[in-house]
Amino acid sequence: MRPARTYPDRRDGVRLLVIDPRGAAGDDASDVSEARDDARLHDTTVAALPRLLRAGDLLVVNDAATLPASLPGHDAAGHPIEARLLGPPEGALFPAVLLGAGDWRQRTEDRPPPPALAAGAPLAFGDLGAVIVDVGPLSPRQVRLRFDRAGDALWSALYRQGRPVQYSHLAHPLPLWAVQTVFAARPFAVEMPSAGRPLSWEILLALRRRGVRWAALTHAAGLSATGDGAIDAALPLPERYDIPLATVAAVSETRRRGGRVVAVGTTVVRALEGAAAAHGGVLCAGAGVTALRIGPGHRPLIVDGVLSGTHDLPSSHAALLAAFTGPALLGRAVSRAEALAYTTHELGDAMLVLPGAQVAWINSIFCGDSQDAVNYQHVADALSQTAAAAVHPCPGAGRAQLGGAHV
Amino acid sequence: MVLVARHAGPLAETAASIRAAGGDAHAIAADVADLDAAAAIAGQAAALVGPLDILINNASTLGPQPLRLLLDTDCEDLSRALAVNLVGPFRLTKAVAGSMVLRGAGTVVNVSSDAAVEAYPRWGAYGASKAALDHLGRIWAAELEGTGVRVLTVDPGEMDTRMHADAVPDADRTLLADPARVAARIVALLASGAPASGARVAAAALPEVA
Repeated sequence: MRPARTYPDRRDGVRLLVIDPRGAAGDDASDVSEARDDARLHDTTVAALPRLLRAGDLLVVNDAATLPASLPGHDAAGHPIEARLLGPPEGALFPAVLLGAGDWRQRTEDRPPPPALAAGAPLAFGDLGAVIVDVGPLSPRQVRLRFDRAGDALWSALYRQGRPVQYSHLAHPLPLWAVQTVFAARPFAVEMPSAGRPLSWEILLALRRRGVRWAALTHAAGLSATGDGAIDAALPLPERYDIPLATVAAVSETRRRGGRVVAVGTTVVRALEGAAAAHGGVLCAGAGVTALRIGPGHRPLIVDGVLSGTHDLPSSHAALLAAFTGPALLGRAVSRAEALAYTTHELGDAMLVLPGAQVAWINSIFCGDSQDAVNYQHVADALSQTAAAAVHPCPGAGRAQLGGAHV
Repeated sequence: MVLVARHAGPLAETAASIRAAGGDAHAIAADVADLDAAAAIAGQAAALVGPLDILINNASTLGPQPLRLLLDTDCEDLSRALAVNLVGPFRLTKAVAGSMVLRGAGTVVNVSSDAAVEAYPRWGAYGASKAALDHLGRIWAAELEGTGVRVLTVDPGEMDTRMHADAVPDADRTLLADPARVAARIVALLASGAPASGARVAAAALPEVA
């Protein structure tokens, strides 16, 4: 697919390929033909989302704001370098990867490597100084930095000197506001959690009127590429997440009542499935780190559907989607997206993998949009009342989980 | 608490005095009229204290001084007043209120003026910008109804501030309110949970805080 080169006119105006891994009732389960797979694909726009989800479904978004993670600077000898933060700070230390000279017009993989720098080497980013504290196991370019100031002064300097990570396939550089979702909170992501970018409040409020609930978690979406072969082969690196208790409650209640948990983005899938995998299949609230790699054959424990950007094959993102579709259907979907001239990457079009979406799709075409909003609200209200009552402390470590998940 | 103002020095002093009194205060030097400031302010603030519960749009400019008739007001001066008093708060609210809606709770306070309501000669740029801010607040409140996020407008009244001295140099200061006492009333108002979103409250009508 060709990359989108600039913003869409409207956030929610991007195209959406709906993939229903289950198909409509009456679909012949023994039919594994490409024709059957094609019948499970629908071309629409993100604005159709409220018609595709139903009362009782839960949309889980990543509310991480995007950091100005790209810091242009110099080493002590004056050689230009760029430090790209790999995640939010770990105490006073910032994990980062170093790149050599160049700017956003060059592909990351075409950038020259930085000069060889060892632990103890000083770096300067404008008036902001830093020192390399240690060098990572994957590559000498993977470092941890300690800056020469802390607190208010450090964050001011990072936002003054840093810019968002840039993309050579774009027609222009990206300012900080352009890489934020409409619900961005804590700056925790080093690249935009871009699956959430097409979501407008028009859509989110329409979903809620239909009885679809939202919940949030914060996931430190990492770099998509570093230009270092060893590091890129290991992507995605272990990433931090934080899942609020209210989100655990909403997930458990949704599943108990037969609703679908729809993750917005591969980062949300990783956080929810990673957190569950870390606790024997039970989703617990709290902060953690996940190194879970999800691909075809992985059986998701928590997530039923995924709203994602479009992804070419092969890629780690596409492999994650294949866990929900199977490789054959995803292959047909990517071919269809290419044939329909979908765009890809952070400002591109979208895909929705959702079991049962085909029924909603057919209903929306043949029956109009006449569902009873009052009934949806009734269901949503009942859900929110019972969810609060079902929360119990989790055994150990100050975590918490839903008692309902065990009972 | 995160304080935002253009001048780093006085800002740091204020934050330090709050910390000395036992509060938790941070400072971000920025101009809300800058096109790119809102995302950076919102990001830094959330990095320092976590997701925000309350946003107070307090920064404003009088426009050209001494205050002058509209026929003598340059277009650029009106634009500057709108950039600081209207567009700046709009951008900041946009950058912060989305995460409040997602969490189902939060309050935005727009600090206004009686010049938004009364047509005082020579207060054209400032008064028009504050009237627009008031109306924007009502529309924010209408659009966010049912989300748990409130948008309030507070008229602090005539206070003994440098801005008031700039506007009315020969005012009798004994008749002006102490900004600290007005601020205490606004804090008490927010803590009370009342009034409903969309309301416009005059600080002078609020109970005095001991």
